[in-house]
Amino acid sequence: MKAVVTVDVADLPLHGSGSKSPSWWGTAAFMLIEGTGFALALVVYFYLMSVAPTWPLEAKLPDLLPGTVLTLILLASLLPNIWVARAAKRNDLRKVRIGLILMTVAGIAPLAVRPFEFAAMHIKWDGNAYGSVTWLLLGLHTTHLVTDLIETIVLSCLMFTRHGDNPRRYGDVQDNAMYWNFVVLTWLPIYVSLYWVPRL
Amino acid sequence: MNPRPDDFQLIDEIAGSAEISRLTTTWSNPSGFWARLSNVDHKIIGRRYIITAFVFLALGGLLSLAMRLQLSQPEARFISADRYNQLFTMHGSNMMFLFAVPVMEAMAVFLVPLMVGTRNIAFPRLNAFSYWLFVAGGLLLWGAFLIDMGPDVGWFAYVPLSGPQYASGKRADIWAQMITFTEISALCVAVEIVVTVFKQRAPGMSLDRIPLFVWSMVVTAFLIILAMPAIMVASTALILDRLVGTHFFNPAQGGDVLLWQHLFWFFGHPEVYIIFLPAVGMVSTIVATFARRPVFGYLGMVAALIATGMLAFGLWVHHMFVAGLPRLGESFFTASSMAIAVPAGIQIFCWLATLWDGRPVFKTPLLFVIGFIVTFVMGGLTGVMVASVPFDTQVHDTYFVVAHFHYVLIGGAVFPLLGAVYYWFPKITGRMMSERLGRVVFWLVFVGFHMTFFPMHILGVMGMPRRVYTYQPELPWAALNLFVSLSSVVLALGFLVFFIDVIRSARSGAPAGPNPWQAFSLEWATASPPPPYNFVHIPVVESREPLWMQRDHFPVAEGVRFDRRELIVSGVVAAEPQARESSVGHSIWPFWAAVTTSIMLVWSIFSPWAVVWGSIPVAITLIGWFWPKGTPEDEA
Repeated sequence: MKAVVTVDVADLPLHGSGSKSPSWWGTAAFMLIEGTGFALALVVYFYLMSVAPTWPLEAKLPDLLPGTVLTLILLASLLPNIWVARAAKRNDLRKVRIGLILMTVAGIAPLAVRPFEFAAMHIKWDGNAYGSVTWLLLGLHTTHLVTDLIETIVLSCLMFTRHGDNPRRYGDVQDNAMYWNFVVLTWLPIYVSLYWVPRL
Repeated sequence: MNPRPDDFQLIDEIAGSAEISRLTTTWSNPSGFWARLSNVDHKIIGRRYIITAFVFLALGGLLSLAMRLQLSQPEARFISADRYNQLFTMHGSNMMFLFAVPVMEAMAVFLVPLMVGTRNIAFPRLNAFSYWLFVAGGLLLWGAFLIDMGPDVGWFAYVPLSGPQYASGKRADIWAQMITFTEISALCVAVEIVVTVFKQRAPGMSLDRIPLFVWSMVVTAFLIILAMPAIMVASTALILDRLVGTHFFNPAQGGDVLLWQHLFWFFGHPEVYIIFLPAVGMVSTIVATFARRPVFGYLGMVAALIATGMLAFGLWVHHMFVAGLPRLGESFFTASSMAIAVPAGIQIFCWLATLWDGRPVFKTPLLFVIGFIVTFVMGGLTGVMVASVPFDTQVHDTYFVVAHFHYVLIGGAVFPLLGAVYYWFPKITGRMMSERLGRVVFWLVFVGFHMTFFPMHILGVMGMPRRVYTYQPELPWAALNLFVSLSSVVLALGFLVFFIDVIRSARSGAPAGPNPWQAFSLEWATASPPPPYNFVHIPVVESREPLWMQRDHFPVAEGVRFDRRELIVSGVVAAEPQARESSVGHSIWPFWAAVTTSIMLVWSIFSPWAVVWGSIPVAITLIGWFWPKGTPEDEA
């Protein structure tokens, strides 16, 4: 059996953007893993609620202010996030640099509010199962805020080096933006479950 | 279609020797200590993964022999109750988390990139990271066992037994953190498999031309992605209960013990299919090759794989029939447990039809497949039995269940795996295993298995509970137990001959050539063992069995650069070429990232602050890993 050339790929680009790129799919797959984790943590929350005589369990209702402020910050952060993703899609280095700095700030802001949210629960993790699961949900989401912030900071530094102006990096910026959207969107059901479901 | 051996000596004369030497330089696997730790070749890592998993199989087998020694006579004094608890916990945890899942993924790490016709797995460094983390998890579990800290709460670690109240010391934490290690590594490989199959298939390999083994690994990867987070949530909550005093599983403070069982089995049942589906893919491959015809009902086989994958998530409660759940729930799960027999039946009948219509050649791999069909059908039948709540209530936690799941796990997964080793060993090492010893192995393992495990059904019906370290002479179990213990020696002997055959053949087996079985899929279209770049030219696929359909010419793609690690990225559905993407080279950072992650995870068994301080070195190593180094692979 002899090899015969039937396809020539020499003219293809060296990097596919968006869903043509393997790293886009890798990011999506990790979002599926973590999304499943969030969903299961919420299942734990509702399961414990279903076996509890009252909910919140022996604690005051959580204060609405810190959680709501954080939710608004996260929603507002979607604007610069989408903006930086579009700039990255157009390979616009200057706007990407500005956008990443904005997103670094937008990543720090919710972390400044988050400690007040833990306090707003009026219970600690070791108080009872209600405290455990609320702290688990907040902790799990905080972990995602922190890791994405670090990723954004590293990317920002990277975009100011000679490695920055490269379609591969612009792809990384887009994937990072997609991941931030994910971190924001997963917060919404947690916010509703933590603050509004007990008020029903 | 009766292929002649010389049909498959692929001659690639398009590339000149200068080009091939450039390809060899670009994709080389340098030797030396640090270079080995840095390697990201999927074949090298796959081979390490397979060998490591088989080492854990052997160690887990030794544990079971120790248990059989203790149970061979009533009131034996070989092993204390405490040690026995560690033995069965270690045996189950080791076999599930360090052998069964890793070995199946390991086979995929080696084979999937070859079968889809690409140069390396997607995210090769993640692959290396995953391997090192798997090794660390194994060292943690076995290291703890050696210093008498082995977990002793059963492989599913039910609370409250595993909770802070009843399991003092760190034994249960070792179990829970071993879960974290192995699940992270399994999830990484799952992501690599999904992306490799979705984006790196050879041009022309549309969805309906994907080999069934690759299909089975994609479905398995999705099961891993959707099921394993459940056990990670569960084991994290358990560690938190034990370390910082949360109350997830403490009923006195609003927690619930059944929550553990739900979370565990929401993972644990799909886990069975995570182990079984790859085996299904192996069987389909072996059956087609040795029946000398394509598998009957390809579409039905793919549909059955996907249906099994989905139904796998609707079965978990059948592990909890005696936990006192609502009647309606139990009925639902009985129905779904029986429903999964339908796709399993479709597959069995497709294999039988393939063998019936083909001209089967009974080489060792096919013998194991026949052994699989017989044994798995028996295990499936007892599965339908225990799916019925009244029957399950009788035999729950008895040796009947032990017999049932060893029939489905060993019969359903280990038999096909042994067949797969005999089948792909020539590709992995370039040498054939012994056909003569292979038959000895098959008969020892097959007969030894049935003699060991069949009597356990009877012991279970006679009321012998699982996980007892001894029993009284008045009970009518002694004779059967002695028989089982003696039979287990036959089974162990089979594995011993297998290991001898592997080592002997790796050193001095007959040279295999590229395609010793005259098989049909792409991994056989390159040398054995394959060169580091897998194929000189990336193949182009025009049919489902490329090496059977294309008799005189072998279509390939041109235009991929040889002076940097480059491969073809293609569309998800039709596999049309989209880009010439680079593939990253060797790096030591995944190793260091695994080291720092391991330190953080082990430290966090003892102090919650480990998560804070331990994550700093993890972050540093990850940044080192991702920071561009200005290599040709970074060009775009």
